[in-house]
Amino acid sequence: MPKLSAASRHSVSFTVNGVARSVEVESRTLLTDALRHGLGMTGTHVGCEHGVCGSCTVAIDGTMARACLTLAVAAEGCDIRTVEGLGLGPGRLGVLQAAFKRHHALQCGFCTAGILMSLDTYLRRHPDPSREELTLVIGGHLCRCTGYAPIVAAALDAAAELRGAQKHPEETAHA
Amino acid sequence: MGIQGEQFIRPSVERVEDATLLSGGGRYIDDLGTRPGTLHAAIVRSPHAHADLLAIDKAAALTLPGVVAVITGSDLLDITTGLVPALRVSVDARAIAVDRVRYVGEPVAIVLAADRYRAEDGADLVTVRYRGRPAVVDPEAALIPDAPVLHGDVGSNLMSDRSFAYGDPDGAFSTALHSLAVTVRYPRNTGSPMECYGVVAEYDPHEDAYDVLANFQGPFSIHAVIARALKVPGNRLRLRTPPDSGGSFGVKQGVAPYAVLMAAAARVVGRPVKWVEDRLEHLAGSVSATNRVTILTAAFDAEGRVAALDWDQLEDCGAYLRAPEPATLYRMHGNMTGAYAISHVRIRNRVVLTNKLPTGLVRGFGGPQVYYPLERLMQRIARHLGLDPLDVIRRNLIPADAFPYRTATGALYDSGDYRQALDIAVGDGGLSALLGRRDAARAEGRIYGIGFTAAVEPSVSNMGYITAVLTPAERAKAGPKNGAQSTATITLDPVGTVTVQVASVPQGQGHRTVLAGIVADIFGIPPAQVRVTTDLDTAKDAWSIASGNYSSRFAAAVAGVAHLAATRLRDKLARIAAAQLNLKAEDLVFAGGRVSSRTNPDAFLPFARVAATSHWSPGLVPDDVGSAIRETAFWTPPELTAPDAEDHVASSLCHGFIFDFCGVEVDRATGKLRIDRYVTMHDCGVILHPGMVEGQVRGGFVQALGAAVYEELVYGEDGAFLSGTLADYLLPTATEVPDLRILHFTSPSPFTPLGAKGVGEGNCMSTPVCLANAVADALDLDTLDLPLTPAKLRALVAEADEVPPPAGHRPATPAAKPGDRTLRGAGATVVAAAPEAVWALLLDPDVLASVIPGAHGVKKLSDTHFTADVTLGVGPVKGRYAADITLSDLDPPRGATLTGTVSGGLGDGGGTGRVTLEPDGSGGTRIGYTYEAAVGGKVAAVGGRLLDGAARVVIGGFFAALARRAGGTGQPGLMRRLLARVLASTGVRP
Repeated sequence: MPKLSAASRHSVSFTVNGVARSVEVESRTLLTDALRHGLGMTGTHVGCEHGVCGSCTVAIDGTMARACLTLAVAAEGCDIRTVEGLGLGPGRLGVLQAAFKRHHALQCGFCTAGILMSLDTYLRRHPDPSREELTLVIGGHLCRCTGYAPIVAAALDAAAELRGAQKHPEETAHA
Repeated sequence: MGIQGEQFIRPSVERVEDATLLSGGGRYIDDLGTRPGTLHAAIVRSPHAHADLLAIDKAAALTLPGVVAVITGSDLLDITTGLVPALRVSVDARAIAVDRVRYVGEPVAIVLAADRYRAEDGADLVTVRYRGRPAVVDPEAALIPDAPVLHGDVGSNLMSDRSFAYGDPDGAFSTALHSLAVTVRYPRNTGSPMECYGVVAEYDPHEDAYDVLANFQGPFSIHAVIARALKVPGNRLRLRTPPDSGGSFGVKQGVAPYAVLMAAAARVVGRPVKWVEDRLEHLAGSVSATNRVTILTAAFDAEGRVAALDWDQLEDCGAYLRAPEPATLYRMHGNMTGAYAISHVRIRNRVVLTNKLPTGLVRGFGGPQVYYPLERLMQRIARHLGLDPLDVIRRNLIPADAFPYRTATGALYDSGDYRQALDIAVGDGGLSALLGRRDAARAEGRIYGIGFTAAVEPSVSNMGYITAVLTPAERAKAGPKNGAQSTATITLDPVGTVTVQVASVPQGQGHRTVLAGIVADIFGIPPAQVRVTTDLDTAKDAWSIASGNYSSRFAAAVAGVAHLAATRLRDKLARIAAAQLNLKAEDLVFAGGRVSSRTNPDAFLPFARVAATSHWSPGLVPDDVGSAIRETAFWTPPELTAPDAEDHVASSLCHGFIFDFCGVEVDRATGKLRIDRYVTMHDCGVILHPGMVEGQVRGGFVQALGAAVYEELVYGEDGAFLSGTLADYLLPTATEVPDLRILHFTSPSPFTPLGAKGVGEGNCMSTPVCLANAVADALDLDTLDLPLTPAKLRALVAEADEVPPPAGHRPATPAAKPGDRTLRGAGATVVAAAPEAVWALLLDPDVLASVIPGAHGVKKLSDTHFTADVTLGVGPVKGRYAADITLSDLDPPRGATLTGTVSGGLGDGGGTGRVTLEPDGSGGTRIGYTYEAAVGGKVAAVGGRLLDGAARVVIGGFFAALARRAGGTGQPGLMRRLLARVLASTGVRP
């Protein structure tokens, strides 16, 4: 990484949801702020800015990460995925999102983006998870509205549907 | 689906809100654009619980590029006043400190800059000088005659002291066979929504008008308070809310003082101002529920029938009494007998202020503080008489034929069949199996208990209940206050589609979905054709003081008034259609997108055409219909009467019933509480959306679990705030949540348009005490306060294991609170230089700068007075502090006294040390020192061993450096090695 100066701004380039983006930041700018205020991608939320609540979780190079504990300059060249990239297209929810909707797995929706990103990342690597495993993943997030039970149910349902979808890829478009 | 479908009477449609929220398209306050030129605010907050504010130095902050202004309390004196409470007391409840700070986290300055980063940089550079005062944290201690007084003009910390008597409590107590009291110290907690506060404010000097966007949740009675605090008439405060809000649970009522602060700041600086609170600010400076000390005494007979209750409630509202407080104390006033038929009641209500965060709305609002002592008392009565607690509860329940039931204190309970609901819960919830599990567990030597709770959940608050804090004479003078206006507006546009606007200000509960369904049903069109907006603009939308998202008022009141507005508009449309179809309006039906004849389906008009008629063809509208374009309905229930001359208070409109029971096990080794089974029975009247009701119950239950076991806003004895991060204030996660069995029983409310009652707060009231009752049963305890932390339960288990369970009173071990503490130490070192040389070094600021560990710069104010910036790390907490050092009792070259204070965002400390210099007989000097220091604030929370170590390192480091500077001790390496060893053992990084 090039040596950065605290006094100047730096152009950082990465891909977000598959699209190449550049944003000008200070060396101290958090990835949350770069996404939200630099790129206008306000779906990633800021709940605590000390890494506990998980609202800001995004996937960086396929690994879930707290965007509030990540410097934007550290994401140079990375592949970032955010909640804005989970849908199948404008107005079309992905499997996990649709399961959340069916199960009433959100109320205010503020923590939801982070939980979706953790589950999406996890399910890509662990397509057949147990309830306990999913509870642990969701346990890395704070939700104050739902009491978590419908989130766990939605995650299990989505995992099952995604497993089915893998066998019948032509059906994914209808998920 | 997560819905236990068989218990519900209507299907749960998916929410219209969700697709947007699930796609990152929510429009929360920090997602909305601001006007060009908007400044961003950061707030400088007090690290002290109680101190005089001596001086605020803005200069360094103002030199920072991008910083535009630093605004202090005195800058706002002329353009703001306090946030008046319901009680007339001489407490200047301003949103920012002026000459004294009274709680940790109190705003003292606002830094406005081009962006948030620069604003926070500026906040770091604002230097505030304080002079500490003794703090009082405990509500009982605050009443002691020589306690520190927070507000001098009042003369004491007692804000209100009212006594009430209903029926003949004296007679009932004097004739009762038995009497028993419980004392409860209910702790502090908060709702902690995942989104913190946000405000965007601007001021137009030409119109003398404010425009404030805030994620405020209501009640909009606070609009009047904000306008008054900003010294403008109501129509010059336009208060708007964003389309989405990231939860509230009552807490976002507390953004009001910050709305005042940012609006006033925008006026001073002449530009729009935006502020988004961070989590650390939120925990220290948003809103707490009240902590309360209650002594509740019952008079009862041999069967456990309670004849009378005597409530002595001491409410702690924190450092300021701000509107709507002391409402927490009076919200339950009509419900002080809970679910029981108790005719005689005595109440003493006192309100006290302490050096803690001011209180406000938090889900459950007064309910947890009432049901904890009441339901603990019912269990105690059963234990005392050797009865089954379930029998004692059942025996005292209000009988089904008594409804509507007027409680002793004045509430009118609308409907219910508590005994039947309880019996169904016991049967369907599997109590007998649970009793078997307890027997089996106890037979194995495990610690297992069962708890019960019956509670009445009030909803739709009477806006007049708070006036019960005034005497009847004061009320008569002020005029009666009562009712709860709810409102909805239905608009038909020129293509005949329907828009609904309500002032319910949802915080995630899905109001739009429910309203779309209700209104669509009335017009006979698909819900997808109804659009609902819930963002409120006080300049343009219909609203009243009761508007907002609190007291579980949506289903009971707002859904009902939307139904009312839609029905009125439908009846107008029926007459318009009837005129065109040559039919009678009463013969028309609205179904399938048509307005058609009940008897001849071929005679119809499309709904959209009828709905658009008043726009395009007003000539077709019968004269007596007027126009059918927009209908605004208001509704206030007549049952919500003003408190009467005998202080009867109809505090709420609807009264749901809850019966909970649970089985818990306490781990003997760790004290961890395991919830084996939890059953909650709800009667919330007609259920409008089963999925949302389940969401409310589950969400409320988990918040209650947090309040019972994990969460506490902890203050040290010196007022230091000790739970300032989400690693300290522990919210339950998915891994802590037990299985929850939800049951329903339906008694429609005769007082609400749709028969619905509120359901959002019940478990916050019932669950903490139900868990405590189970723990008390498990450990055979009489006294038990929250939170039920493993440390507390482990201590109780150890106590129980050591001595056989006594029959009488045994106090619970209080949770250890790390607070203010004194560190003492002494040491000596030898340097090669003569005492005179060492003495000269001690008085040289350059030398001090180089020998004070972590010092950035030392300023010499006089020969004996120095200041310095110091960076110190203790354990995981590293921070910057301002140090102030004075030399006194000078005895050159033999000794001097050093007195110092350090203060910073992470804590503060002060100490005194005596340094003595003696010739060592070989040309060198023996330096001896003793010190005594006290540490408070966040840093004090890291624990005694670390602090002792840190003090040794810092002070030892000072003398080691001094020794090196004085020409070496001959053993500098030893000092350094010692220092390194201490460092390694304590984690301290000077």
